[in-house]
Amino acid sequence: MASEAVSNHDDHAHPETHDHHDTGSIKVFGFWVYLMSDLVIFGTLFATFAVLLRGTAGGPDGSEIFDLPLILAGTFALLISSFTYGMAVLAMTAEKVDKVKKWLWITFVLGAAFIAMEIYEFQHLIHLGYGPDRSAFLSAFFTLVGTHGLHVTFGLVWILVVLYQLRTKGLNDMTRPRILCLSLFWHFLDIVWICVFSFVYLMGAL
Amino acid sequence: MFGKLGLDSIPFYDPIIVSLMIMTALGGAVVLGGVTYYRKWGYLWSEWVTSVDHKKIGIMYFIVALVMLVRGIGEALMMRAQLAIASGGAEGFLPPEHYDQLFTTHGVIMIFFVAMPMVIGLMNLIVPLQIGARDVAYPFLNNLSFWLFVSGAMIVNLSLFIGEFGTTGWLAYAPLSGIEYSPGVGVDYWIWALQISGVGTTLTGINFFVTILKMRAPGMKMFRMPIFTWTSLCANVLIIASFPILTATIALLTLDRYLGMNFFTNDLGGNVMMYVNLIWAWGHPEVYILILPAFGVFSEVVATYARKRLFGYHTMVWATVAITILSFVVWLHHFFTMGAGANVNAFFGIMTMIIAIPTGVKVFNWLFTMYRGSIEMSVPMLWLIGFIIVFTIGGMTGVMLSVPAANFVLHNSLFVIAHFHNVIIGGVVFGMMAGMYYWFPKAFGFKLDEKWGKRSFWCWLIGFLMAFMPLYVLSFDGAVRRMSSYGPTEWQPMMIVAFIGACIILMGILSTLIMVAVSIKNRHSMKYADMSGDPWDGRTLEWATSSPAPFYNFAHLPKISGIDDFWRQKQEGREAIGTGPYQDIHMPRNTIAGPVISLFSLIFGFALVWHIWWLAIVGGIGMFVAFIARVANDDIDYYVPAAEVERIENEHKQRLEEYREWVKQHPEEASHLQVRMQG
Repeated sequence: MASEAVSNHDDHAHPETHDHHDTGSIKVFGFWVYLMSDLVIFGTLFATFAVLLRGTAGGPDGSEIFDLPLILAGTFALLISSFTYGMAVLAMTAEKVDKVKKWLWITFVLGAAFIAMEIYEFQHLIHLGYGPDRSAFLSAFFTLVGTHGLHVTFGLVWILVVLYQLRTKGLNDMTRPRILCLSLFWHFLDIVWICVFSFVYLMGAL
Repeated sequence: MFGKLGLDSIPFYDPIIVSLMIMTALGGAVVLGGVTYYRKWGYLWSEWVTSVDHKKIGIMYFIVALVMLVRGIGEALMMRAQLAIASGGAEGFLPPEHYDQLFTTHGVIMIFFVAMPMVIGLMNLIVPLQIGARDVAYPFLNNLSFWLFVSGAMIVNLSLFIGEFGTTGWLAYAPLSGIEYSPGVGVDYWIWALQISGVGTTLTGINFFVTILKMRAPGMKMFRMPIFTWTSLCANVLIIASFPILTATIALLTLDRYLGMNFFTNDLGGNVMMYVNLIWAWGHPEVYILILPAFGVFSEVVATYARKRLFGYHTMVWATVAITILSFVVWLHHFFTMGAGANVNAFFGIMTMIIAIPTGVKVFNWLFTMYRGSIEMSVPMLWLIGFIIVFTIGGMTGVMLSVPAANFVLHNSLFVIAHFHNVIIGGVVFGMMAGMYYWFPKAFGFKLDEKWGKRSFWCWLIGFLMAFMPLYVLSFDGAVRRMSSYGPTEWQPMMIVAFIGACIILMGILSTLIMVAVSIKNRHSMKYADMSGDPWDGRTLEWATSSPAPFYNFAHLPKISGIDDFWRQKQEGREAIGTGPYQDIHMPRNTIAGPVISLFSLIFGFALVWHIWWLAIVGGIGMFVAFIARVANDDIDYYVPAAEVERIENEHKQRLEEYREWVKQHPEEASHLQVRMQG
């Protein structure tokens, strides 16, 4: 590859060749595919949870440990954060960088509130002696909910990275697809959470 | 400070391992010294390590696979030698603990670090060329996938010298792999080797899925794609849908072992059979990830060397798709003895038998392609014919195993070992060897030596039959798998035959290595050099460009108007590819992020194996920072100027002219394949 290649920073100022692929849309499509594979991980964890639901080994089952009002509050924080992220994307289409940043910060705060709720729930359960090593049911519960929580935490870090890049680079062909991918990620986690809330908490509390 | 790691973790007491250690150290010193002496570090770094060129990444996958194959066959020989002498209750030369490690690493290495990288390597090398693309959809991720895979392979190899590997069998069934029964670091090595390389594989799956769907040349509709691309597409769908199950399952086992959770424990509500179900829900699609691309290779080979269009293109595609779907509903046939009940077993038994139908369709398609073709008995064609015979036998023993009642008798016997080697060697290995020979000129610009290629084939074929047919017989006498010694002395003759068979397979591997060496030595002679870019008179797009293909693959993206479009263009004498005027070409830049992230992943995995928590944190932070640095980098692509493209293309044209001139002067040496070149 010893070509005397010219470096070209603003490659989109370059005349489009007839065989140029639209990299932005390919990125977003690939991210969809990634989300589908991530969904298989969640599917596996849901299946595991279903199998181990009765494996309480004399420990508590869901109805004894779930604090539904707290979970509901966290759920609303997460659902509203999906809405606020949607607002950020709308602001992006309208080319309003400041608004994008504002909505992203609000999303971040709501997501962080959700994570705070989850950390409180987990440490409370562990404090009561109902940690993940107590029974197979609790292992499955902590792992399923914790995996979702880890994803949300990763999303929070990602929001910070995007905010930083918005400050240094603004909206361009690199940051735009990233904001769209993060949007997909964030809504995806919301959908997964709706399943967690329904199947783990609501059905478990019955 | 160093967790569980101490000087006593290094098995100085084992003479086999110590001598291996010395040999590895010497070999490593020779290689590193050679690179330094010839001042090749810069070249290696800029042309290979950091390369995002899919062809180079494919070549590197294949090289690592061949190195690991040598280790894998070494383990196989040790096991066969042990069983050849450990008869009548004799102990042999391997203690049971060591023997258990051998069959575990043999399985892990052969599947994850030989078969997978060969398949993925061929995909890398060929798929973008076959669809007329300049690169894959995500070149950086492709580089990262490769180096993550290397990290995984390194972790397996480290276990040889530091500590131990698992003794649980290649799938680490729980509860044996739980902390209670495997308190050592062996299973942890298994976990992190597979987890790290598995992430790489998932990324590869996504990358090639998107590449094939989104990057095809203008006019190449789905049903105009070459069969190898089709089978690769289906294999990648399987990767995307099944590898996350493996990731999750290994993660659950990790939580059991590291945090005392109870997914797969005997007590506190755990469910050990759930592990077996989950691992095979990934494991069965996995075998089709390996075999489908091999089917693809054979489909290309048979059409090229029979000089006929592939018989039944559409049925071939639909058979592939059917196998892809069916592969997800047969996993329970690996453990009919679980006791799921007659109806469940009947369902999975029937589903398994149904897979034989699309596979049979394929076999007949290959046979009918050969029928009335003008067949050239080249090396890949030999592999194909050997494959059809051996694989069909393996398929039939598979159908025998799919009968639940028979399976209760055959379960865990040598019959299973004979069956899956029958399909994996006869299918995947033969396919990869055929593919390597067939596409080698495209990768390097010269052909492989035919004589040694044929020797390699015959050694593999005869060696395979001698090594594994006796196991079918022994299984009916009650010989089980994973035993390091046995009582009945009447088994010994068959065991010795199997050992000799394994030695003949070793000769086949040596022939392959000699084949490569001889060809490198003669690469400049006209008999070996591939100056035309199309040495076999091929049908698909990869032969439309020069050999080795330029880093941008095609100066102009080809326009496609049918199946085997390149073949038709040649027939009509209108190979338009390779004429000016040229345009600037947009290409990705090399990246150091892939190797750096992978190096940190190696540190991360090794630290977790040995419970060196601070080092694991270093590795984790390192991966994160390297990734962020990559994300922050805007300078990731560039344009190749049209003048540069023109220079490279003119060189190719000049070589083509030279070659045509040479063919005119040596008509007796030019085979019938080059007739076209004279016109």
